[in-house]
Amino acid sequence: MASSDTAGQQHPLGIYYKIWILLFVVSAASYAVDYFDVQGAMRWTLVIVFMLVKAGFIVAIFMHAFWERMALVLTILGPPGVLLLLIAFMAVEGDYTSGTRYDYMGHDPNVVALTPEEWHASLESHGKEETATEGEAAAEHEAVTEH
Amino acid sequence: MSEAAATSVTPAEGVTGLVDDWTADKQAYHVPWGKAMMWIFLVSDTFIFTCFLVGYLNVRMTTTDPWPPQSEIFALSFGGAPIPLILIAIMTFVLITSSGTMALAVNYGYRRDKFRTVLFILLTALFGATFVGMQAFEWTKLIVDEAVRPWSNPFGAPQFGSVFFMVTGFHGLHVSAGVIYLLWVARRIWAGYYDKKGFEIVEIAGLYWHFVDLVWVFIFAFFYLL
Repeated sequence: MASSDTAGQQHPLGIYYKIWILLFVVSAASYAVDYFDVQGAMRWTLVIVFMLVKAGFIVAIFMHAFWERMALVLTILGPPGVLLLLIAFMAVEGDYTSGTRYDYMGHDPNVVALTPEEWHASLESHGKEETATEGEAAAEHEAVTEH
Repeated sequence: MSEAAATSVTPAEGVTGLVDDWTADKQAYHVPWGKAMMWIFLVSDTFIFTCFLVGYLNVRMTTTDPWPPQSEIFALSFGGAPIPLILIAIMTFVLITSSGTMALAVNYGYRRDKFRTVLFILLTALFGATFVGMQAFEWTKLIVDEAVRPWSNPFGAPQFGSVFFMVTGFHGLHVSAGVIYLLWVARRIWAGYYDKKGFEIVEIAGLYWHFVDLVWVFIFAFFYLL
């Protein structure tokens, strides 16, 4: 690992082209996850792995963190690392909140959201396509989630 | 640069370098001050975006209404059947392309190739403006056609709208500010302002631009794909 000196971050152009192509391929792969409708644990694993690969290469190569001195790298990566703790805490808290809501407030965990096609179809069947205001949209939403 | 006078010996690498940098009575970061300040700003910005995304995580976990299907909501039809999430995918590719042109601009800056540096910065700004334009189209479609509001939407959990407008809005604001910043830097380079000072400014502007792309990587994964 070469040290960055006062001459700045000068590297061969080839590495930028390679990382650029790699970012395109990985982005296409994460879009493919949605396009081919991969679901469940596989979806989460693939999306998060592709996300971390992209983020890693952007920070390391495009932002030159790989070639910076350790004092600067730790300043950049250390404080955000603490945020992992915040994410963990809020996930635990969110899990508890949703649990109590389902257990004690009578919500049905099996309700399915409307798709835009279903919503537009329901508007047409009610003959009020052109007057879709927020109020009606909310009422429509209530009607669907109640039964 | 100025530190050349202060440190006559080459600084040590690795852990020894870390200890030396922090224990001696001298500057900690061997980079131009503008670059160190940009990094510290980006770290603080990381905290802002993480707060938004953690807030999203929390409402997404705790809402008892079903989460609207992003894949269908952001689908777009080019005459035929709607293609899921296609607009967002194109926006992602536009932003990655702009990151690549920015990396080239930084490289040509250090080579003191003024013409190519300005050219690639302007290309980057153009891709950035394209991204913002597509985002404006996406917002219009969601507000006008799909009746999505920050407080309600026809499909499911009302928090979907709040998260969508806040997170993509704040990111879009960053891209817009970045486009203005890049145009300003390009104009100053062309005017010869950095001919004597050196072209570190291109890397500093590049750091900001790559950060905006970096944030989109996380928004794309957490908000649109999961």
